[in-house]
Amino acid sequence: MNTRTSVILLLTAIITTISFSCSEKKGPSNKLVVEKKKPVTFEQAVKDWRTNKGVGPIASLQLDAIDETMVAKGQELFDFNCTACHLPYSEKIGPALIGITERRTPEWIVNMILNPVEMAKTDPICLGLLAQFNTVMADQNLSQEEARSILEYFRTLNIDNAPDPS
Amino acid sequence: MKSNSIFSFLFIISSLFVFTRCNNGGNGSSTGALGSSNAAEKVYVAPGEKDTYYAFMSGGFSGQVSVYGLPSGRLFKVIPVYSQDAEKAYGYNEETKPMLMTSFGFIPWDDSHHPKLSQTNGIHDGNFLFINGNNTPRVARIDLTTFETTEIIEIPNSGGSHASPYPTENTEYLVASTRFSVPIPQKDVPIDSYKENFKGTFTFISGGQEPGKMDIAFQILVPGYDYDLAHSGKGVSHGWTFFTSYNVEEENTLLEKRASQYDKDYIAAVNWKKAEEYIAQGKFKEMPATYYHNYYDEHTQSASSEIKKSVKVLNASECPGVVYYLPTPKSPHGVDVSPTGEFIVGSGKLSANLTVHSFEKMIAAIEAKNFDKEIDGIPVLNYEAILAGVVQQPGLGPLHTEFDGRGNAYTSFFITSEVVKWSLSTYEVLDRQPTYYSVGHLMIPGGGSKQPWNDGEYLLALNKITKDRFLPTGPELAQSAQLFDISGDKMELLLDFPTVGEPHYAQAIPASVLEERQVKTTPLEDNHHEYVARREAETKIERNGNVVHVWMTTIRSHFAPDNIEGIKVGDEVYFHVTNLEQDWDVPHGFAMMGARNSELLIMPGQTESLVWYPQTEGVFPFYCSDFCSALHQEMQGYVRVSAKNSNMKLSWSMGDEVFHE
Repeated sequence: MNTRTSVILLLTAIITTISFSCSEKKGPSNKLVVEKKKPVTFEQAVKDWRTNKGVGPIASLQLDAIDETMVAKGQELFDFNCTACHLPYSEKIGPALIGITERRTPEWIVNMILNPVEMAKTDPICLGLLAQFNTVMADQNLSQEEARSILEYFRTLNIDNAPDPS
Repeated sequence: MKSNSIFSFLFIISSLFVFTRCNNGGNGSSTGALGSSNAAEKVYVAPGEKDTYYAFMSGGFSGQVSVYGLPSGRLFKVIPVYSQDAEKAYGYNEETKPMLMTSFGFIPWDDSHHPKLSQTNGIHDGNFLFINGNNTPRVARIDLTTFETTEIIEIPNSGGSHASPYPTENTEYLVASTRFSVPIPQKDVPIDSYKENFKGTFTFISGGQEPGKMDIAFQILVPGYDYDLAHSGKGVSHGWTFFTSYNVEEENTLLEKRASQYDKDYIAAVNWKKAEEYIAQGKFKEMPATYYHNYYDEHTQSASSEIKKSVKVLNASECPGVVYYLPTPKSPHGVDVSPTGEFIVGSGKLSANLTVHSFEKMIAAIEAKNFDKEIDGIPVLNYEAILAGVVQQPGLGPLHTEFDGRGNAYTSFFITSEVVKWSLSTYEVLDRQPTYYSVGHLMIPGGGSKQPWNDGEYLLALNKITKDRFLPTGPELAQSAQLFDISGDKMELLLDFPTVGEPHYAQAIPASVLEERQVKTTPLEDNHHEYVARREAETKIERNGNVVHVWMTTIRSHFAPDNIEGIKVGDEVYFHVTNLEQDWDVPHGFAMMGARNSELLIMPGQTESLVWYPQTEGVFPFYCSDFCSALHQEMQGYVRVSAKNSNMKLSWSMGDEVFHE
């Protein structure tokens, strides 16, 4: 080993040390984390709707007998905040709401109203609906109480009340 | 030879490696401003991080105010004040056109100079920003919850309003003065009858803390000098406002030479509390004057103009104790009051020295009647008696002074392009730093108030000239701001950044004061616009002769209605578009082909109106001009235009359901 080789080796050692000490200062590494979770299909997600509470502030919600005051408030809120895209008995920009309580949990419905942007990124049913309707639902900044009233209104939707299509 | 090359190569690589890897955290290896060790670090605001100050910079001849972050120098917003802004439809939509009305008609431009924050107990409270219009004298209010101009009052009996708005300690008043004296009231006289016919006024505007209530409380008639700049007193000098003057020679031509003859001009000290007493005693003259007061009501989301017809005027010569003149060398520009209110710094722009008056001595001289003479009944105080001190030969062309909270003052020097730091107790120069180039105003956050924020950590120099500092852009070059760190003994230049228009004065306030009070959306139930449609079911079209009103809504990603028929050539069509969104940061645009004004940019929950004059038959598209959603490109509609004498009835639709007139 001649002098030059030793100098080179020494330099290499210094570089290595410095580069390590510097990268330690840089914080978290750039290592890619890949989650190996198999995505749920829309069909499967729709089939499993009873266990899907959606993503959002509502963890559990108990339905009691229908509260007419809440229904009236919910209908008014729906009229002002939702009818640009949703109708109770027919499809507009988004799906018709009739029968929603027979195909989604109450928690899912309220979370969908309160947290539509997050739902569109992570919830398997919502992802499937997005593929079908192409548009992300607008967040109308409603309170939990307001969203709950809209759910109460949805519970009263009855096909017998639907306007005559003619 | 070969191993020599390898050796050299490795050595170079290793050196590069060491320096590039460790530059950010290391000491002594940075190539920051002027070789400073960590200037880059001090102004670097990492992606996703926020600045610590909002800075409001006047846009000068752009008629606007621009909002920057400090210390990064990043531009956040340009607020139109006196200028139409096609981006925001300010001055183009029906709601804001009245904001630009004056007694001279619709004036879509002005020269905006001095932004000043509202104050409570002499401290910036973050409620409002005010700025003067220099050319057609006006003062405007910007609401700091919306960053929008919400009120403008015109100033009568004035020619050019430069010394404005400079609020008093609790924003009891905003002030203004005539930069260019004129006949008051206006009349047709020879220009060379200046000495005989021309007068100046000081104006006191009330209602600064009450939106919609700005009013000319009173004016004071004074000799016809050029009244240049102002600052209101604070602390011990609360109750007084100081105005500089030049051209006490009362010349009306070749002022460059003739207005610089005398050794001293005057700072006018105005005791506005005394003036209030005279007003209360009824010693004013109610002068006929026509001026506009324009107010944007957030409930109706529309501006309206009130035309005022008279103003209360006090004549200084008939109201002893209201105005005193403080002799100040030589053609003073800025007048700046120290945080305690005791020191009044007059920057004589042609003087070799900087003059500092003492408020305490001024009061003593008034009480002792230590007057050199009287001009039109206004006592001229003895210069020596009121002098606190002189900063000897600090530089050439002093213009403005700001203060830190540590007993130091900082003065800009236009001719020598530098900032000079000096002591308020010894009047010694402590430090000087060059600016690039020709600095005008300075700004220390809170530096014109009783409490400079964080004892004054930053200073912003606002420069008129930037040749060779930035990439060239043809004949017109940017003006600039330069940020200095003034927390240590020596000032350190950190950052250059270009500004929008010419920055005159600026203000800055900690981000924490404003951040939390920002309006995000307007609840639809609070929208009381005359033509609001709060839901699609309320959309409609009505015709009255050739005037057509369209109540339209917009939400991601459609307009309702989006097909309109029955419009005719020669109609005057008003689109009133309500944005039904209730989420932050989801404005929608509305652009109508052939509209002779601008787009609309409608914030969530708001309504804006655009007038359109269809000129030829055909089918014309409209669309959303603000990329709002994945289906933004689909956000469009059509208007069918028929012949003037056509029998087409109005009809409108979105989807299958068609509505008729």
